[in-house]
Amino acid sequence: MIGWIDHLPIVPVILPLVTGTGMLLIDERRRGLKATLNLAAIIALTGVGLALLGLADVSPTQGTAQVEVYRLGDWPAPFGIVLVVDRLAALMVVLTSVLAFTSIVFSLARWHRAGAHFHSLFQFLLMGLNGAFLTGDLFSLFVFFEVLLAASYGLMLHGSGTTRVQTGLHYIAINLAASLLFLIGVSLLYAVTGTLNMADLATRIPLVPASDQTLLEAGAAILGVAFLVKAGMWPLSFWLPSAYSVAAPPVAAIFSIMSKVGVYVVLRLSLLLFSEGSASVAPFGQQWLLFGGMATIAFGAIGVLAAQNTARLAGFAVLISSGTVLASIGTGHLNVTASALFYLVSSTFATSAFFLLIELIERGRGPGADMLAVTLEAFGEEDEEELEAVGIATPATLAVLGLSFIGCALVLAGLPPLSGFIAKFALLTALLNAPGNVAAIPPTSWVLLTLLLASGLATLIAMIRAGMRVFWAPLERAVPQVRLVELAPVTALLIACAGLTVQAEPLLQYTQKTVQAVHNPHDYIRSVLSTPKKQSTPTVSGS
Amino acid sequence: MEIILALGIGVLAGSGVWLLLRPRTFQVIIGLTLLSYAVNLFIFAMGRLRTGTPAILAADRSSDPAHYADPLPQALILTAIVISFATTALFLVVLLAARGLTGTDHVDGAERES
Repeated sequence: MIGWIDHLPIVPVILPLVTGTGMLLIDERRRGLKATLNLAAIIALTGVGLALLGLADVSPTQGTAQVEVYRLGDWPAPFGIVLVVDRLAALMVVLTSVLAFTSIVFSLARWHRAGAHFHSLFQFLLMGLNGAFLTGDLFSLFVFFEVLLAASYGLMLHGSGTTRVQTGLHYIAINLAASLLFLIGVSLLYAVTGTLNMADLATRIPLVPASDQTLLEAGAAILGVAFLVKAGMWPLSFWLPSAYSVAAPPVAAIFSIMSKVGVYVVLRLSLLLFSEGSASVAPFGQQWLLFGGMATIAFGAIGVLAAQNTARLAGFAVLISSGTVLASIGTGHLNVTASALFYLVSSTFATSAFFLLIELIERGRGPGADMLAVTLEAFGEEDEEELEAVGIATPATLAVLGLSFIGCALVLAGLPPLSGFIAKFALLTALLNAPGNVAAIPPTSWVLLTLLLASGLATLIAMIRAGMRVFWAPLERAVPQVRLVELAPVTALLIACAGLTVQAEPLLQYTQKTVQAVHNPHDYIRSVLSTPKKQSTPTVSGS
Repeated sequence: MEIILALGIGVLAGSGVWLLLRPRTFQVIIGLTLLSYAVNLFIFAMGRLRTGTPAILAADRSSDPAHYADPLPQALILTAIVISFATTALFLVVLLAARGLTGTDHVDGAERES
């Protein structure tokens, strides 16, 4: 028998599945119980994620077990499905759990009562996300994508209302079409190489005859388009700001990791599949990523400036963040990508906090409040009155909200002293210190550098404008009724950003090692394809 | 056989894309369904076209893999069919909800003024 610790990689997939399914059996009115279960599962997931992080982050001196491979059903790799835990996957799992925790805590105040099966859908979303991060098989990646998308359709419609249903319709149509592209890409890759295991694909792609090369690249490109729709690369991103801005705030907060799934898969696959054997040739499609990412940053910056309301502003901030990471992957430099990973963590926290914050500051002044009142009425709220009375109604609330807003603005725009500044600074330094001689900084790097700074400026201007509109312009504004449980997640996320600032050095080292491993996937491929070391000892006769 | 299959996939995909771009939600859903048929056939074709070769090992046939069709794409299609079936059902519900809330079956929730 293999030990319990070896089963750890499957837990982030199984636990949400069991919890989510179990919660379906519980009566919809017992929300307290469901919320407790959900929170307990997320805390357990965070623990598992941190344990996986510990497993993956072994220094090379202590052995080469940096890639933990879990063989489902104990089938050897190219035939069975594997789950692979390396630094990148573990980091994303932890990031997801943290965001999930804050979103659920926020939703406890009122949003989880705005519709049916919120907690179950949330757990299924987590299952899909974790599965997509951990899987080492292209087709199970598709299945996990569908799981997370199906759950996200339900969550997107959470709270109902005309705008949500209308935007949900567009969101579903776009994602269904993207899933079909995904399938076409997967089947083309299978037709050319005859395998779906990612590591096996990486070893077989260099052996593809020249006559099939075009077919292979077409397949990879179609697959890439499917992920870039998810990541929101311009011009595939027009759905994103509308969808994110009308989703319920806790949902939007967890959605900010969903666009990062696309980025994650692009990072993983483009470097895994097209690096083996062809070190001299730049990975396939890198130029597209670079230019597409830069176009996304520009589009996001323009969108941020043009945004009519704060929620849309946040949606475009997600686009800027996606675009920055995509363009950094496109540069193909190790250090740039490492800094971009740090940027990804910090900006995901910030956008998530911002989505939550927007609902608090807009409360009691916009049509959003009316919509919420309507949905709560529609779903028959019994204990609403009692809860309202508990609310803190002091001007101190406004002060905390204002400070949180400033914090979000600082991280998103990349100003000191919060982590956004460190992330952008690391990115710019890495861009300027590209390997090779100093004089030969390619013009694209200069363009990217300018775009990064300009997008920061645009975000800052837009945030200042929004802040003035919200906090200063109304003469007699009512202090929003905000409960501590709603304020805590926002501040917690911002404190996490502050923590990232203080602990930037270890995290940057971690992302550095992560990216090194992702850029040189030999360890990954060897670990996946090597025969299992821990054979189940009782069955030695494997005939 | 290849040309018939290719034409079939092409016609299905072409009509699917055309319908997907139409302004009525019902056309969109039919378009998505046609597209998913096209994609399923396409996956099937990616396992190479062979006639008279089963995908499951049989006792009275030789054990040479050349005598069998590739079972993997067939398994993939099965998964893809189930998933697209489920998501289409979900989309149908959203479509009906949108129709009820906005009173129109236009994808943007409002008729174009013209």
